[in-house]
Amino acid sequence: MSEPILALDGVVTDIGQYHILKGVSFEVPRGQVTMLLGRNGVGKTTTLRTIMGLWPARAGRILLDGEDIARAPVSNRAGQGVGFVPEDMGIFSDLTVEENMILAARSGPLDGARRDWLFAAFPPLRTFWRSEAGNLSGGQKQMLSIARAMAEERRLYLIDEPTKGLAPAIVSTMVGALRELKAQGASILMVEQNFSVARALGDRVVVMDDGVVVWTGTMAELAADTARQERLMGLSVEAH
Amino acid sequence: MSAAPDHTPTFARLSLADRLSLSAPYLLVPALVAIGFLVIGAPSSWLTLTVSGLAMGMMIFIMASGLTLVFGLMDIINFGHGAFISLGAFMGVSVLFWLSSWTGAPSLVLNVAAVLLAILAAMVFTGAIGWAFERVIVRPVYGSHLKQILITVGGLIVLEQAIHVVWGAEEIYLNRPEALRGSITFGNSALERYRILAVVIGLAIFVAMRLVLRRTKIGLIVRAGVQNGEMVEALGYRLKLVFIGVFIAGSALAGLGGVMWALYEQVITAGMGESMMILIFIVVIIGGLGSIEGAFIGAILVGLLQNYVAFLEPKVALISNIGLMTAILLWRPQGMMPVVKAK
Repeated sequence: MSEPILALDGVVTDIGQYHILKGVSFEVPRGQVTMLLGRNGVGKTTTLRTIMGLWPARAGRILLDGEDIARAPVSNRAGQGVGFVPEDMGIFSDLTVEENMILAARSGPLDGARRDWLFAAFPPLRTFWRSEAGNLSGGQKQMLSIARAMAEERRLYLIDEPTKGLAPAIVSTMVGALRELKAQGASILMVEQNFSVARALGDRVVVMDDGVVVWTGTMAELAADTARQERLMGLSVEAH
Repeated sequence: MSAAPDHTPTFARLSLADRLSLSAPYLLVPALVAIGFLVIGAPSSWLTLTVSGLAMGMMIFIMASGLTLVFGLMDIINFGHGAFISLGAFMGVSVLFWLSSWTGAPSLVLNVAAVLLAILAAMVFTGAIGWAFERVIVRPVYGSHLKQILITVGGLIVLEQAIHVVWGAEEIYLNRPEALRGSITFGNSALERYRILAVVIGLAIFVAMRLVLRRTKIGLIVRAGVQNGEMVEALGYRLKLVFIGVFIAGSALAGLGGVMWALYEQVITAGMGESMMILIFIVVIIGGLGSIEGAFIGAILVGLLQNYVAFLEPKVALISNIGLMTAILLWRPQGMMPVVKAK
């Protein structure tokens, strides 16, 4: 097996007086989708933000392609090819959709072929290309947030709950676009509460509880074991 | 690839009231000018006062534009901004004195060249001081408004005293260059040449700032940084460098404003910038934090109102701008066009 694109080794993160991550260790294989699952408040979002550098890791190593980036500034991590879709979408609401995308294409003008691909995946972006992003609906904002991460080829995508609060039709659009990204061989670490979405996209699973990793394995293993799902994440068969 | 849902969402058509509400700040200036015309009566006086108000507004805008960007982008309350105005004025006036043979010559080219050199020197000087001020005074207090107020007021005092040390404690009088003295007559109105030049320079600065902010990538980064600095960093941009650049630019603009105000008042003191800060804060607040357009409209409103009221009822002029700020904040508590919400 090739070297993982990302490896966390004993990562500890405190937010104020709270100990959120208490020694998180796991790997994200290259070219696969790794789902980060767990109940609410166990540290999934904090893990993504710590990898991105938005919360500083107090201890531990974060290895991107073998290089420890745990002390690197946020902009350096993005510059090394880590794309981030935050839980709150992080849209620049006073900028147009086009301006949001121009900013996302950090290394130069937005590639025409890539833009067309994104338009095909997310048609509302074409419709509202010159409109202020703040006027978009919640689903359209989420599309823009994901499209922004896809504006350039990244070594690793960190995606936090891309289907949160979205209507089923929009969720299927998201899943379609993310499948397309996966088919291109992208390495993705994704937090997702909707287990059917996680099952549709995930290759591997990392389950967290109370600031530590409690289980890792393949999605096929987890999907086949409902008792484990219930034990690890409080999921019931009826829930999905 | 799975297609998106088959729908073509559109925005609702805004009602007339909504559209008026959106453009209301832009309508305030012509409305104030029209009210001024009706109340003042004499068209020649009205035109003179209007040009004077516009000139004053443009100079206040130049001084306030840097502060609103720093406020909006960096969440820094910089009371030291006034010192950059004073420093710019002293440096610019020193250059004008040094080039007295140019300013005294009856040559438009030499006069304008002297003013441009004075402006350039003032901007470079205050930009450099701004860079040092950010590193030494502001950087340790990011995130703490109370500390920012205390330490930047301290920085203001230190810089003002430094002016006393270098240029002396006395006020310095100056004459405008030959070509910028006197007035031109338009109808029955006497319009001061320098005020017309101030309007032109103010407009040019506003247009240039809009172009930079709207049409360049660095402008995009600044506008995005005002809204969500964390996400700008997550996209790979070093926002700290942008912060420093904006602080330097804001300080340089204050220096430019200082030179222009010096030529307007024809006297400079170490405290001149500090005394302008009330008007500048009024402009930043009524314009909306972080908004160049808001500061531009706010500055014009302040300049026009001050001139109209000073003509009609001089005693009321002192409180007219406080009244304006109160009225606008009652109407829009976040200012006319806020880019960032007041915390």
